[in-house]
Amino acid sequence: MKNQNLYNYILTIADNSLILAQRLGELCGHGPNLETDIALTNISLDLLGQTRSYYQYAAKIAGENKTEDDIAFLRIEREYKNCLLVEQPNTHFGYTIGRQFLFDVYHLMLMEKLQNSADEILSAIAKKGIKEVSYHKRFSSDWVKRLGDGTEESNAKMQEAIDDLWRFTDELFFMTASEKEMVKEGIGIDVSIFKEKYYEEVSEILKEATLIVPENKYFTKGGKEGVHTEHMGYILADLQYMQRIYPNMTW
Amino acid sequence: MKKNWPLWEIFVRSKNGLEHRHFGSLHAADAEMAMENARDVYTRRNEGVSIWVVESKNITASNPQENGEMFEPAQDKVYRHPTFYDLPDEVKHM
Repeated sequence: MKNQNLYNYILTIADNSLILAQRLGELCGHGPNLETDIALTNISLDLLGQTRSYYQYAAKIAGENKTEDDIAFLRIEREYKNCLLVEQPNTHFGYTIGRQFLFDVYHLMLMEKLQNSADEILSAIAKKGIKEVSYHKRFSSDWVKRLGDGTEESNAKMQEAIDDLWRFTDELFFMTASEKEMVKEGIGIDVSIFKEKYYEEVSEILKEATLIVPENKYFTKGGKEGVHTEHMGYILADLQYMQRIYPNMTW
Repeated sequence: MKKNWPLWEIFVRSKNGLEHRHFGSLHAADAEMAMENARDVYTRRNEGVSIWVVESKNITASNPQENGEMFEPAQDKVYRHPTFYDLPDEVKHM
């Protein structure tokens, strides 16, 4: 492939949206109440929409008649480049919100930078996504505050989720070789520039939610290079089942 | 703490220039959450450009048991409709 780095770079961003959308989709019909159920599903669909735009672009670059569906459904686990954070399970509502919040703050900062990318298509996708992602962040940070500053039980659960998920946040700022190449060309975003701002903003909201900002310095990573947690295989089994059992089936 | 969130009535304006119309009701802990829930439940298919939320308990409703005295006297007063005069053809859309 001629543009392997660009292809990889697109997937690094798009796979986060796909896997998080899949996770949220699992909650369709299982949300804590009707209103939150629909809200989470809406977010899932927003992310899937973004994923499609990225994959259509990536398929064009890949050539050989590849389609967005091939990229979504027919890769093996090691070829998915999403960060570990988004593949973590919906342990409880506090977890779902914690995962969403830690990702949304990052996601919005990334989109705000990506809209200035030298690549016109990535820039256009980011511009369109900013409004959606702004709302996601509003929704998840509101819920972090409600649960954190809610009852004793909701506070404990929210804190547990943040403490558990914290170790996946550093990976958001890890850059693969392809990302570094794309930064050089003005297409990719050097995510390290907003790392400090990210932790500042997250900490501010956690404090407002009367939660304790974790001081844990143990971080784990691997997803962006295809080394995933034990949850990933199960997600892909769900996600890929139809295409694997009935190859080339369409709706 | 009460187990159930209070009920809210949702009004959506579908286009600028039109009035807000009652779309339905939903549960939320407070006005802010009611607004977000309304956005997600009632405007996800591009139905609106503005939302009002009001807690249901703040609405005073007429009592169905009093429908007789409230509404029936109006039934036989057709002369209250402005239909008892001829309109010139030049006046359209009346």
